[in-house]
Amino acid sequence: MNINASGWKPEMNRADDDAPATFTGNRALMLEEALIFEIGDKSTTGVDLAALPAFTSRLGGLERNRDIGLPGLSEPETVRHYTRLSRQNYAIDLGFFPLGSCTMKHNPRLNEKIARMPGFSDVHPLAPTQTVQGALAVIHELAHWLITLTGMKAVAMSPKAGAHGELCGILAIRAALTARGDARSVILCPESAHGTNPATAAFAGYAVESIPATADGRVDIAALKSRLGPDVAAVMITNPNTCGLFEPDMREISDAVHAAGGFVYCDGANFNAIVGRVRPGDLGVDAMHINVHKTFSTPHGGGGPGAGPVVLSEALAPFAPLPFVDKRGDEYVLVEEETAHTDHPSSFGRMVAFHGQMGMFTRALSYIMSHGADGLRQVAEDAVLNANYILRSLEDVLDAPFANSGPCMHEALFSDNGLADGFSTLDIAKGMIDEGYHPMTVYFPLVVHGAMLIEPTETESKATIDQFIGAMRSVAARAKAGDPSLKSAPHFAPRRRLDETQAARKPVLVWTEPELAVAAE
Amino acid sequence: MRYLPLTQSDRQAMLGVIGAKTIDDLFVDVPAEAQLDGPIQGLLNHASEMAVERFFSNLSRQNMAASHHPFFLGAGAYKHHVPASVDHLIQRGEFLTAYTPYQPEIAQGTLQMLFEFQTQVARLFGCDVANASMYDGSTACWEAIGMAGRITKKSKAVLSAGLHPHYVSVAETMAKYTGDTLDIAKPELGSATDSARLLEAIDGETSCVVVQYPDILGRIEDLSAIAAKAHECGALLIAVVTEPVALGAIRSPGEMGADIVVGEGQSIGVGLQFGGPYVGLFACKEKFVRQMPGRLCGETVDADGKRGFVLTLSTREQHIRREKATSNICTNSGLCALAFSIHLTLLGEKGLRDLAILNHAKAVQAVDRLTQIKGVSLINDGFFNEFTLQLPREARSVVRALADRKILGGVSLGRLYPGVSELENGLLVAVTEIVTDEDIEAFASALEEILA
Repeated sequence: MNINASGWKPEMNRADDDAPATFTGNRALMLEEALIFEIGDKSTTGVDLAALPAFTSRLGGLERNRDIGLPGLSEPETVRHYTRLSRQNYAIDLGFFPLGSCTMKHNPRLNEKIARMPGFSDVHPLAPTQTVQGALAVIHELAHWLITLTGMKAVAMSPKAGAHGELCGILAIRAALTARGDARSVILCPESAHGTNPATAAFAGYAVESIPATADGRVDIAALKSRLGPDVAAVMITNPNTCGLFEPDMREISDAVHAAGGFVYCDGANFNAIVGRVRPGDLGVDAMHINVHKTFSTPHGGGGPGAGPVVLSEALAPFAPLPFVDKRGDEYVLVEEETAHTDHPSSFGRMVAFHGQMGMFTRALSYIMSHGADGLRQVAEDAVLNANYILRSLEDVLDAPFANSGPCMHEALFSDNGLADGFSTLDIAKGMIDEGYHPMTVYFPLVVHGAMLIEPTETESKATIDQFIGAMRSVAARAKAGDPSLKSAPHFAPRRRLDETQAARKPVLVWTEPELAVAAE
Repeated sequence: MRYLPLTQSDRQAMLGVIGAKTIDDLFVDVPAEAQLDGPIQGLLNHASEMAVERFFSNLSRQNMAASHHPFFLGAGAYKHHVPASVDHLIQRGEFLTAYTPYQPEIAQGTLQMLFEFQTQVARLFGCDVANASMYDGSTACWEAIGMAGRITKKSKAVLSAGLHPHYVSVAETMAKYTGDTLDIAKPELGSATDSARLLEAIDGETSCVVVQYPDILGRIEDLSAIAAKAHECGALLIAVVTEPVALGAIRSPGEMGADIVVGEGQSIGVGLQFGGPYVGLFACKEKFVRQMPGRLCGETVDADGKRGFVLTLSTREQHIRREKATSNICTNSGLCALAFSIHLTLLGEKGLRDLAILNHAKAVQAVDRLTQIKGVSLINDGFFNEFTLQLPREARSVVRALADRKILGGVSLGRLYPGVSELENGLLVAVTEIVTDEDIEAFASALEEILA
């Protein structure tokens, strides 16, 4: 019996071209796909289970007495459903993905093979540590590489994502200040900061104040210095910054912050520009999270999972969260709450159950070892080369606000200055979709109007970049000439522009049986 | 180098277009004293696939993989059989290497999957709505406590003694910064949960009460009375589910009155993975949706009137609200949510119900055999696929002795609650469908021998 036999299919109402409507709503390899709730039913299953042994129930009286409402599909139907869904996604494997600040580099398949070795994928986090020494060794080895690449003293491996890592760093700073009896109340963030920076600072109980940028896209160091004082706990800096520029006065900033008794948090999202060439530890950084899904190639997975290990200075190392891996002689141990009072008494506590994103550690270490110290240095150089090539190849057709202040780092920033009346960055983005690209990052950073932030990464060939430049020039020309077809782009994607206003005004977040949905109206 | 497509002549040509002589010219903004003049010392240079694979194989072999031994560990992470198609489907490049669906026209695969996932989670938990996932169960739990604080404008959270000690520890850490006070307690090694304590503790100052279901010792209790008391006092009931397969056999927390239900989705589709990545599940009543943290996917239409999906209600989130966001969370656990959803689709209603009963039947079988051992008793009245045994002596060394005999025989309460002597003889044992009759016999014989 079907949960629902709505027989959903999309309406084909494209009267504007002479292509025929199809019965199915499909267009050759562009295949429409219903929801599992519309094709599955509650008695179908794609799993065969062992026979049930005889037993007497010991559930204790709370047996389920109503349906859950979950559809099932056989294996062939399941494979087809998700294969068809996957074909409606753009991905790095498919093409250039120039999202500024996201570092969409190639995700090596060796990483996937290694992550799936049974000794890493099929072990329980609470197994006796004597039975998982090889897994603990991987974590320890990755920690060593991260500390050495960044020139820092320690690393907290447990944060589950970049923003979680930011929280870790800020909490370590807060713990350090509390320990010296100097609780402070303010954190300074540049106006160009990623939204997670102020959100994290606010969560940790700090008031957030903005530091303005200079005309050449850097932190206004004079404004920063004049704001420093006994109430400023930390400054959160991204370096290279979100405009794609290196902060040349970073050392001076760090020295000033330290002199005023504060700490320097570095958002490591843009580490790809400097890995192997510059160590944040040499710039006076106290804490920096590393997005392993950016610089270190772990896959983005359509929105996670990531991991955000946080490298720490000597001053902050004692406050790092639990648990962590330590090597004692030949043995690896997990330092948890149990021995914290002797091994790590100043820890600010535990941030997450178990001990971290092992699956991302194996992938990141596999990548790091594949490149090695020499290869990682080349990664940064090629990333910066590709971005500058794009900057110089587009600056005559799109406004690049900082193009005259020198080279960019791994990403190039443009504004919407010069587009025809009524035409916006959004229209350029949607036009690029028709050209077969995922658009660049748009409307971030906030300090540039209609920002377009392009980060090619190092895993792109010159031919790919040249084609992208050509497509950008074409779409930019259309936006500046006021081509109306751009306003209704994309024309060729699986969906046209979607009504996001309706989605927010009348949120429909789960599927409901049609007869119930009608009744509710 | 296999991941770097640029050739030397490409680099030269590009430098020419840029107008730079060498790559160093592009690093001119970096102070000379901060620049390294060569590869970092003390680290290896690049390596072939073969070399990297050998390094890792060597380390992998040093670990006792769960499928190679009798395996009985749970305590918040469970081993179930994940059908072969799940891992193949999540490795399709269009899922694996896709980004957050901020350009929905070319991300309908991810977005439709998330809509299906949200619906599956909401239904499983008995709630109106669910989000597109969090990092894991423990962070979902503390985010729920924060959410309850925002909704009720109160700051006292009462945590059940049956809540996983890591989840309690995380909540304690976060409470230092949110100003919440937590009322916590250790569990007792007996069949009774601490519901009497909870009912006593909930009052007009309470923002929420947090109860794990089944609890850390595997005990199952009706949440209705706690829900009623909480609502009477203007507080919310947060239920925590660390083993969602249980909901194939027992009533959902939502139908018993829970306002927010959070959990760990790892046991469906994701695998043990030595602690991560996992997938946090987060569901609640419709009226609270604007206070939910995390990403949300919603249904809409496109310019041609075709049904489509988008991320929505983003004004809750950090990229819009910055310091006023409901959470600092940016990413979710997309690929793990996909694995969860595919596995649950393959199971379906019937498959999940049958899988759950099979788990329980095997657990009953194991209990019957293990309690035959002299000095070993069961502390639970009821249980699903995890239960607590009381041993005649301290359990942690017993677990190590079992491991020496190549048996992964459960999690000692001494590991979860170090230094709590009243719990040190407790052994938490999980039995899922992967456990064979031979495994149970091997475990029992070894345990008998160790305790003799």
